[in-house]
Amino acid sequence: MDSNNNESNDSRRDFLRKGFVATAAVATGVGLLETACKDTKPKTGDKVKLLSPDGKIVEVDSSMINPAIPDSLLSKHNVREGVPGKKFVMVIDLSRCKNAGKCKSACSKMHYLPDNRSYIKINKMQDSDKASPYWMPTPCFHCDNPPCVKVCPVGATFKLTDGIVGIDNDRCIGCRFCMVACPYSARVFNWDTEYQLNITQMNEIKPHAACSTHVTGTVEKCDFCPTQTAKNELPDCVQACPNGVFYFGDEVEDVVSNGDETVRLSQLLKDKSGYRYLEDLGTKPRVYYLPPVNRQFPFKDAEVPPDAEGQTTHQSGH
Amino acid sequence: MEPVKIKLDKSNQLLTDLMPKKFNASGKLWVGLLLVIVVIGFFAYIRQLQKGLVVTDMRDFTSWGIYISNFVFFVAISLVGSLVSAILKLANVKWRTPLVRISEIIAVAAIFFAAIIIIVDMGRPERFWHLFAFGRIQSPILWDVIVITTYLVVSSLLLYIPLLPDIAICRDLTPASSKFKKWFYTFLALNWRGTAQQYTLIHKCINVLAVLVVPLALGIHTVTSWLFATTYRAGWDSSNFGPYFVAGAFQAGCAGVIAVTYVLRNHYSLKKYITTKHFDNMAKLLVLLSLVYLYFNINEYLVPGYKMKTVDGEHLKSLFTGHYAPLFWSVQIFGMIVPIVVMLFKKGRAPLPVFIVSLMVVVGAWFKRFLIVVPTLLHPFIPIQNVPASWHTYMPTWEEWAITAASLAGALLVITFFVRLFPIISIWEMTEEQQTPQTDEQTNLYEAKA
Repeated sequence: MDSNNNESNDSRRDFLRKGFVATAAVATGVGLLETACKDTKPKTGDKVKLLSPDGKIVEVDSSMINPAIPDSLLSKHNVREGVPGKKFVMVIDLSRCKNAGKCKSACSKMHYLPDNRSYIKINKMQDSDKASPYWMPTPCFHCDNPPCVKVCPVGATFKLTDGIVGIDNDRCIGCRFCMVACPYSARVFNWDTEYQLNITQMNEIKPHAACSTHVTGTVEKCDFCPTQTAKNELPDCVQACPNGVFYFGDEVEDVVSNGDETVRLSQLLKDKSGYRYLEDLGTKPRVYYLPPVNRQFPFKDAEVPPDAEGQTTHQSGH
Repeated sequence: MEPVKIKLDKSNQLLTDLMPKKFNASGKLWVGLLLVIVVIGFFAYIRQLQKGLVVTDMRDFTSWGIYISNFVFFVAISLVGSLVSAILKLANVKWRTPLVRISEIIAVAAIFFAAIIIIVDMGRPERFWHLFAFGRIQSPILWDVIVITTYLVVSSLLLYIPLLPDIAICRDLTPASSKFKKWFYTFLALNWRGTAQQYTLIHKCINVLAVLVVPLALGIHTVTSWLFATTYRAGWDSSNFGPYFVAGAFQAGCAGVIAVTYVLRNHYSLKKYITTKHFDNMAKLLVLLSLVYLYFNINEYLVPGYKMKTVDGEHLKSLFTGHYAPLFWSVQIFGMIVPIVVMLFKKGRAPLPVFIVSLMVVVGAWFKRFLIVVPTLLHPFIPIQNVPASWHTYMPTWEEWAITAASLAGALLVITFFVRLFPIISIWEMTEEQQTPQTDEQTNLYEAKA
């Protein structure tokens, strides 16, 4: 257990270091630096100034500079290919959620969605009349027995090797059968012509964009931010949550992290009696919930926005 | 098989009565009205193509609306073709002859527009070919595509093949001066000469198709019900759904054919061929089919209503006492209970009351499909929250109404133009019946046993 913690701490430090270098490189406006200085290419003689991890300005030959994120990852991102050797999984700790809404705004930003729209919803739930209500964030559950994938007539939605349920927006015919098949209402539809962005347009706005594209008349949903996961980073909703509600990780490694702490998945589910929403449907979600006990925050009802009404409560079914 | 001898001169009363006639003033008005509705719907669809499905009132929760319920209605109506031309034929019912072609053209028009309306519902209609290029046989939509296409082909054949001798009559009676008309009928008549061999073939063909169309007809409606029953949704998650849909389709289709028959009978003075006896018989059939559908409705609503499982219960409450209660009870009472009661009486089985009651059944059937599709979607497992108020309800926009009305008008237009071009009552089959000696019920029974 100790060695494992060290390992994850090491990789975390390593990750932070890389991130710092990348940020610094962007700041100097020259591109991104590969971690090790390998002397394989002929020198160009052009010197480039960079900020080193310990805060010094250093000069390196321009031939040594390689982008840390290969172009292929962005522009040639294949929606039908998962990250090899991974089985992504999410755990949502209901005792920590106070409906701060940061996951929703981060999701909107990450996916270039209008502000009032996101792939993640925060629902007010109440298991029974006498139980206290609680907030339940619902992303796509990326089920292992996904009803949406079963019913798709053209194979536009599919299960990837890394456990993610993907969507090919260039294949989707917009019949919306997957939307009625999903028991969790996780899918949204691009009704309008307003938000139609392709990968190239997305890259122009922000360089980490190989997520779902917006094609009018097709179905979209939470995709666990594949560009982030491919880089071993946490999805944006996980990073944005101020209360550490979301744990994200890899079932193969048996490790999940909420950004503050990294824990064993199996131990977490065992200790806090994790469950999956509507387990009896047999859809085998990859998103687990930790029950809303020993809450960090007392439940406070949200102010009902003028355009949203009818906050009804519902049994969670666990 | 003896060839049917049809006299092609003015002494043949059948020809004067049954040959297609030009539209009179009211006919022209009718066609004009339908064309206007179709044009408005076409305009609305162009708007939908330009702006996307945002012009509808469908949103993330009510992701299926009246396009889908209208599709289910069309599929239901189309079942009548197999009822009259196959099931009644195989049951050796003689009085059906003047009704066969009417029900078959209704079936073809309805299933054709079912296919069109499903394309209208698609977010990316130009990708329709993906169904063939990337089709997944695991998806109930693909089953629907396969079975509806097959049913369209078989129904068209079942309309067209028995039409051949009558097209030949039209060809032979068209003067050589009207060239296009002559060419049109000659082309469609497929060189029909009325030989004994051709008549043997045509009877064999009709028999084979009649047997073939029964499982297909059950198939289209069962598979259509599976689009709903294969999901987890409250109100759809039912193993009863296949027979429930088939029973509803028989009822709607039977009422549809009665309504169209009544209009044609009055407009073209066909009282000699379509008698009060026909309405009496069809009304009895409609009562039987309505009772079967009533039985399935009781199963579909009473059993889950007894348990009132959480989400099921909320869905049922919205139907029984909530937002959809007025529509739900109107449909059940005026679309089912009242028709059954009226037609139990002999006076209620006269042509006019049967016509009115049938219209009630057809209108009720349309709204019943709406009640099957929409309220369920408004009751997902995780209740709808944090969305604009309008997302909690579904009220179709004018574009949706216009497109839906256009599809219904289009189907009626197809039927109208068919009646304009071809004899709506089969001349050769009526002649054949007149030539064979009248059979009473006992001989019918004897034939059935043999």
